Amino acid sequence: MDNLDQLVIDARATFAEVTAAAALEQAKARFLGKNGLVTEQLKALGGLAPEQKRERGAEVNRVKAAIETALAERREALREAELSAQLKAEALDVTLPGRGAAPGGLHPVSRTLERIERLFQSIGFVSVDGPEIETDWHNFTALNIPADHPARSMHDTFFLKGREDVLLRTHTSPVQIRAMLAHVEQHRHCNPMPDLRVIAPGRVYRVDSDATHSPMFHQVEGLWIGERVSFADLKGVVADFLCKFFETDDLQVRFRPSFFPFTEPSAEVDVAFMGGALDGRWLEVAGCGMVHPNVLRYGGIDPERYTGFAFGFGPDRLTMLRYGVNDLRLFFEGDLRFLSQFR
Amino acid sequence: MQFSENWLRTFVDPSLDSDALGHLLTMAGLEVEEAHPVAPPFSGVVVAHIVEAEKHPNADKLKLCKVDVGAGEPLQIVCGAPNAAVGMKVPCAKVGAVLPGDFVIKAAKLRGIDSSGMLCSGRELGLSEDHSGLLALGDDAPVGMDIREWLALDDTCFVIKLTPNRADCLSLTGVAREVAALTGTPLISAPLSLVPPASDNRRDIVLDAPEKCPRYCGRVISRVNAKAQTPGWMKDRLKRSGLRPIHALVDITNYVMLELGQPLHAFDNARLSGAIHVRLPNPGEELQLLNEQVVKLTPDTLLIADEARVLALAGIMGGEETGVTEETAEVFLESAFFTPDAVAGRARTYGFTSDASHRFERGVDFQLQRPAIERATQLILDICGGMPGPVEEARSDEHLPCREEVALRPARACQVLGIDLTAEAMRGLLEREHLTVRDLAVELRVTPPAFRFDIETEEDLIEEIARLHGYDNIPSLAPRGNLAMLASTESARTEWDVRHFLAGRGFQEVVNYSFVDSAWERDFCANNTPIRLANPIASQMDVMRSSLIPSLVSNLATNRKRQQNRVRVFELGRCFTQRTVDGAGEEVPGFHQPRRLAALAAGTALPEQWGEPARTVDFFDLKGDLEALFAPRTLTFAPVSVPALHPGRAASVFLDGRDIGVTGEIHPVWVQRFELGTAPVVFEVDLDATLSALCPESGEISRLPTVLRDLALVVPASISAGQVLDALREAAPATVQEIVLFDVYQGKGIESGCKSLAFRISMQDTQRTLEDSEVDEAVSGLLRHVERTVGGRLRV
Repeated sequence: MDNLDQLVIDARATFAEVTAAAALEQAKARFLGKNGLVTEQLKALGGLAPEQKRERGAEVNRVKAAIETALAERREALREAELSAQLKAEALDVTLPGRGAAPGGLHPVSRTLERIERLFQSIGFVSVDGPEIETDWHNFTALNIPADHPARSMHDTFFLKGREDVLLRTHTSPVQIRAMLAHVEQHRHCNPMPDLRVIAPGRVYRVDSDATHSPMFHQVEGLWIGERVSFADLKGVVADFLCKFFETDDLQVRFRPSFFPFTEPSAEVDVAFMGGALDGRWLEVAGCGMVHPNVLRYGGIDPERYTGFAFGFGPDRLTMLRYGVNDLRLFFEGDLRFLSQFR
Repeated sequence: MQFSENWLRTFVDPSLDSDALGHLLTMAGLEVEEAHPVAPPFSGVVVAHIVEAEKHPNADKLKLCKVDVGAGEPLQIVCGAPNAAVGMKVPCAKVGAVLPGDFVIKAAKLRGIDSSGMLCSGRELGLSEDHSGLLALGDDAPVGMDIREWLALDDTCFVIKLTPNRADCLSLTGVAREVAALTGTPLISAPLSLVPPASDNRRDIVLDAPEKCPRYCGRVISRVNAKAQTPGWMKDRLKRSGLRPIHALVDITNYVMLELGQPLHAFDNARLSGAIHVRLPNPGEELQLLNEQVVKLTPDTLLIADEARVLALAGIMGGEETGVTEETAEVFLESAFFTPDAVAGRARTYGFTSDASHRFERGVDFQLQRPAIERATQLILDICGGMPGPVEEARSDEHLPCREEVALRPARACQVLGIDLTAEAMRGLLEREHLTVRDLAVELRVTPPAFRFDIETEEDLIEEIARLHGYDNIPSLAPRGNLAMLASTESARTEWDVRHFLAGRGFQEVVNYSFVDSAWERDFCANNTPIRLANPIASQMDVMRSSLIPSLVSNLATNRKRQQNRVRVFELGRCFTQRTVDGAGEEVPGFHQPRRLAALAAGTALPEQWGEPARTVDFFDLKGDLEALFAPRTLTFAPVSVPALHPGRAASVFLDGRDIGVTGEIHPVWVQRFELGTAPVVFEVDLDATLSALCPESGEISRLPTVLRDLALVVPASISAGQVLDALREAAPATVQEIVLFDVYQGKGIESGCKSLAFRISMQDTQRTLEDSEVDEAVSGLLRHVERTVGGRLRV
């Protein structure tokens, strides 16, 4: 009896000493192999009486099972140790930077333009575009600025050599005319004509250059024409936009009378932030007004039946206010140290 | 328009402080750009009379003065000013005075002598930049009076930015009229005094172009003393209005212009001969102006002439030869109405502007000429003396503007403004502004006064209603309209998608000027007929760009100078070329101005990192970006030669067979010239091409296994991979799903002049498993076709 139990103890001890899978198989042979110690015990059963044989046989089989269990456990332990050694060896320095490209980014003014477009799209404005070399007619005449009008001197216009009838557009307002003409053409069989709601972002040009003026800058024109569009609607849309754009209700917006040949009444829009570096200062951000009847007529629209408003924002200015940029020229210098801040 | 608040308050004096007055003006459309005090705060400075001035016993440059400040014994004050002299009246800061900068004056000992106070220069009081000596006050300055009171320093200078429609506010009385209307404060207007003639000295006036000058008043004033001093109050008001005092006669004409809004001109009557003619020029006439510029007169310039010569540009500027000087003894005073059309834009064609032309081109009250000449006469007599002749008035009634009645429908005004206001209320507002209103029940009939040039249509009146009612009192309404969804087209991308895609691949967007150096256009783009600006802001920005690439190269050069060596930038913008043929279809005929997209990459392919061997970005990196931008649509490429790019490393880019742009490595010549270091790679394509997309369509997925076969071909080195791929695709049976080029090899084992290209061919059928024989047959078919078309053979 004793020597059988001792066998289990010996086997466990032997297996425990083994640290490699191959050695464990050799150790197994010593106990469970053809000439192994357990096998010998089984062979020895042949010489016993049947009564004893059954009893002894059960004993030996119990021992054999115990040794097999010990073997399996040891095998499993070795496998685990091996895996854990492998995993340990494979460990990475997870603090090393990831492989691959650094992100680029949009130009800060583009960020602004995209947000403007999205905000106005949410109330049904469609974005349209117009040429930057523009006819004198679209840029001035059709906007109720005839030749020699004093307002022309407010626009320091770039002209093209050898051509008197074309120029670099001084504002995005000529897109109003193009949009009206296209809209009227598209809906000439509709009565009433559906509302025209467009915004037109783009580059504009004036002969001017210092810290707050660039010979090329951006504007966003907006236009809403319909059967009962009023100045009160204009105030609502512009004020709502400004609060949404700056993501604050702590913003005062004021409309003050001004003059543009293509709108009447006209207004300039000032905002004042409550708090921050610009606390309480009125800052001019837009010009706007009710579309002048002459302009509607040039756009093919009956001013008795339809009214509308137009507005023009300076997205460069809005960008400067939003991100705290203090020199307009930075936008056009392509300096990556500046631009990469807006990723 | 700049003016002194105190002067304004002599015409209208509302109970508002300076800030409230400024706000009122701004909210009425007369935007206050600036409002600054005439003098900084200081106190305790009085008019002093220097009664003694001795040399300081212990200092060469100091003087020991005794000054009378009007109370008690004269004060002893040590003073370093070189102009300090007995008899002078000067500002004296007494002990206890506080000068600008909170500088407190105390009794002191200077080089051993007591000094009780300080005599001041203009700069010490913050009144001017002059620090060369004491500020000399006039002999009439009352000793002991506070200097702030004597010089009227408690005053504010307002600078208002007037819109071109509000010419009526280009004078003190105009602004006062507006303030009176807005506040209901009475207007204080001096009664017009007619100055009776004291001589019959006169000059005939002939209106040769009455449609341009329908009224011209002239008056001769003889025996004037042109050397008379302009009074201090007038000088101060001129200075506070931004005008420099010159001499009495000129100062008076300027003063009346500021006060009433009527530009005047004073001629030296002795230099005139015969009648005054207001006429258009004869061919070849010239004039030397007061600013010494000599101008050749354009045919549409109205001028003032006598019988001998041209005297002045009407309503713009006088001539040098006939202007008044301090030697003038006899003045011919002009007060005329020139129509806005006759003056508009003319000064600009001669390259300047003047206070007179600024007013005439916007509109001067056509009833003001007579009152203005009377006012000026009175001031001349008061200041310079003299004997006035009668006022000669030449007038053409039929050409004077007439103020037509304008109809205003109150309901229309309410609809346009989004307000609710009765006709009666509107009438009240308009009458306050001196408009004459008749109520015809259905509409108001409104006649504007002579000084308003901006009221001709119903909209002009609606604007007036809005302004007087107050923009703040118009409600702010949430937008109302028919809700209709906007289109969202899947087969189109937006320019924002394109921008975000490139930003996601490591490119930074830039915005460059659309005008560039003509040398760039010539060198980079071989463009010898660029679109030239007539008035470029700088010579290196003289033409419109026909490509975005040179600007990006310039961005790289700039950033390299700032130690940014890895540069990846893109720009989206218009390019401009002349279109003489087929230009009619353009938005602006003759000019092709497509929106383009360009990108540039330079430096290492990846940012500074540890995980990959560093290498320089190359043609295929950027080509990969470009292909990814267009995926799933496929681009094709063909070698091209353009001046900007390396001739062996440049390709035209085609989408669906259409040439949409170029890509390649910048030509080594430019790399060297711009000191770019390693050669950058660029692409430029039509933006519109990038904006079209494919709406996906689902097909059948085969459950059957894919068969892969590799095919290594040896082809002449001159054959491009594209040609071989095209040949393979042409010959591929329907079972071929994909052909991928996975290896390019040239060198050992391949005969010289040839290269090896290895392709992996995936084949699959949707209905059945492919037999080996079919696969073999397909592959040998491909091989035969390649052999035949491009001269390739199987690599063994």
